[in-house]
Amino acid sequence: MINVRRCGVTKMNEAREEEIRERALKALDKKADYGPDIDLSSFVRSPERLEVKGLDDLPSGVREQAVMVGVRPDMKERAGTYFQLDHSVLFSGVSKYFDGGVEFISTIEAKKRYDWFSKYLWRAVQVDTDKYTAFAALEWDHGYFLRVAAGKKVTVPLQSCLYIYRDKLDQNVHNVILMEPSSEAQIISGCVVHPNVSRALHVGITEIYLMKGAKLTFTMIHNWAEGIDVRPRTGIILEDGATFISNYINLKPVGSVQTYPAAYCNGENSTAVFNSLIYGDKGSVIDVGGKIILEGKGSKGEVKSRVIATTNAKVYSRGLLVGKREKTRGHLECRGLLLSDQAFIHAIPELRGETSGTELSHEAAVGKIAEEAIYYLMARGFSEEEAVSMIVRGFLDTRIFGLPEPLQREVDHAIDIVLSSSL
Amino acid sequence: MLALEVRDLVVEVDGRRVLDGLNLEVPKGELHVLFGPNGSGKTSLILTILGLPQYKVLRGQIILNGEDITFLPINERVKRGIGVLFQNPPQIKGVRLGDVLKKLAKDETPMEIARKVNFPAFYLDRELNCGFSGGEIRRCELTQLMAQKPSFLLLDEPDSGVDVENLELVGSIINELAKGRSGILITHLGYILRYVEAQRAHVILNGKIACSGRPIEILDHILREGYWWCDKCKEMRGD
Ligand SMILES: Nc1ncnc2c1ncn2[C@@H]1O[C@H](COP(=O)(O)OP(=O)(O)O)[C@@H](O)[C@H]1O
Ligand SMILES: [Mg+2]
Repeated sequence: MINVRRCGVTKMNEAREEEIRERALKALDKKADYGPDIDLSSFVRSPERLEVKGLDDLPSGVREQAVMVGVRPDMKERAGTYFQLDHSVLFSGVSKYFDGGVEFISTIEAKKRYDWFSKYLWRAVQVDTDKYTAFAALEWDHGYFLRVAAGKKVTVPLQSCLYIYRDKLDQNVHNVILMEPSSEAQIISGCVVHPNVSRALHVGITEIYLMKGAKLTFTMIHNWAEGIDVRPRTGIILEDGATFISNYINLKPVGSVQTYPAAYCNGENSTAVFNSLIYGDKGSVIDVGGKIILEGKGSKGEVKSRVIATTNAKVYSRGLLVGKREKTRGHLECRGLLLSDQAFIHAIPELRGETSGTELSHEAAVGKIAEEAIYYLMARGFSEEEAVSMIVRGFLDTRIFGLPEPLQREVDHAIDIVLSSSL
Repeated sequence: MLALEVRDLVVEVDGRRVLDGLNLEVPKGELHVLFGPNGSGKTSLILTILGLPQYKVLRGQIILNGEDITFLPINERVKRGIGVLFQNPPQIKGVRLGDVLKKLAKDETPMEIARKVNFPAFYLDRELNCGFSGGEIRRCELTQLMAQKPSFLLLDEPDSGVDVENLELVGSIINELAKGRSGILITHLGYILRYVEAQRAHVILNGKIACSGRPIEILDHILREGYWWCDKCKEMRGD
């Protein structure tokens, strides 16, 4: 009986996999709606494998860089860790305390382990969205599968680090998060690149499923570098009463980042929040935002961004709220601070109401630092540079994230380090 | 010995003359009161002494402790002892009072300073001047001055918006700040003078000092007869 069923599932999986493959192949040349177009063939797909035994054995400098994106290689005060370097999983595991209630493994491993796993692939993100999703489907380099069991509250953060070590690498990760009913977790996800890397492409597919009453806080710190192109593709599906909070921090120069994650608030009274802090510098093209589709009755959405652009950075800050059902509410807030006349910030807040029972609003403001604020701080004895850096640091205020205190301190510390090197 | 000497100061803002040949001397260790109707140039004088660039000095000099500071940048003047309580401080989002106090304070914790103005601990987490009431803004300014400990105070209406309960508190903090130091205190209605000791008062009219005298006497005249009396007094002196 069980065998027959398994066989049926496998057949279904095979058919779906074939379909996904075909759709991917057709989309391989499909340009993305936003962001500079990238030539996928110009990257290395088969890096030599680095012999690293574990996190104690990381190449020099990698540990320090991991810490800067909130990842602790010592795994202290972390419920679980996933560490991927290039195309290899260096470590994945859960601390003993949360064993059984939390699973944190490679998605390729998860697919081998569970028949049902495939149904969570390419459902919150469409495989033929663009060439990057297509590419990631055809060339899949792990990524993590996080599952938190029903009712389990994971009180300490989980952490993941996606690291690019080899020059000219293409890294396509595919992450899946499954939050079972009434589970709670926070994950801090850091992306870093080795200083010797001059060019690389990171494609990150992340599909997040929040079942009834589940809550996930997803904090991502990007520390890329000039010459690195980044194309995250994220979809979140929320059931009744679920809450998703995304905190995105990008403070280091980058070639280009383009991402427009979408949260589908299908469940009644579900909530999605996208917060972002962005410091665009040195020719970076940063095109980020958040879409929230308020489909469930009483669902709520919020998109909040703080953007700084300096030198010759180009920053697009997008937001889209779609109110489809009654008693839905959403607010978009974008604040931009321009520190250079060669840079720009383009705020594109969009609202789409499809029923009279939805309440959507937005506010957006882009400007330079108010001179009087600088003079005020100078009147307290600070130099002009100190005043500017205090205002900039204040503008990138992590308190909008509502993180738990210890994590907030770590994130603040990471921001302080990055900002002190760029200001 | 003079702490501050302002000589024949002529200042324009946005092409508009706000100070018009103003002379003022504040000896070391004295606190002087500045009265004057709305728009007479009181705030302009303070912000010019501080060195805000939009206040363009066309003529005259500002001398602090014998040094000409007329064209020094703001923070250089502050290094030499200037400290301002602003009448209309800007809101600075994300910059929190506690963080500023921590950077400024030498021998006290932000908490200890906040306690002195009856601010609860969580006020240290508040963003500078954001959502503060009028009286709270004065007290927030005072906490920063307490941390700064300036040798020359420029206090622009520290009593405005302060309720009766807090007026005495504000007065006693100013007394403490001014002890052994010098400064200028602007007050519109003179309430604060019930609690603050000042040695001398001046009335500013149309960008210059119209008359000077003992603080209580001048306040008394103004309250009884208004600034009209100062104009008359000027005429009597034949200016
Ligand atoms: N930044 C400014 N731009 C234009 N006019 C100003 C500015 N600052 C002050 N003024 C004008 O200068 C005059 C003096 O103002 P102020 O010094 O603030 O007066 P007071 O403090 O005595 O009430 C007023 O008429 C005021 O409107
Ligand atoms: Mg004034």
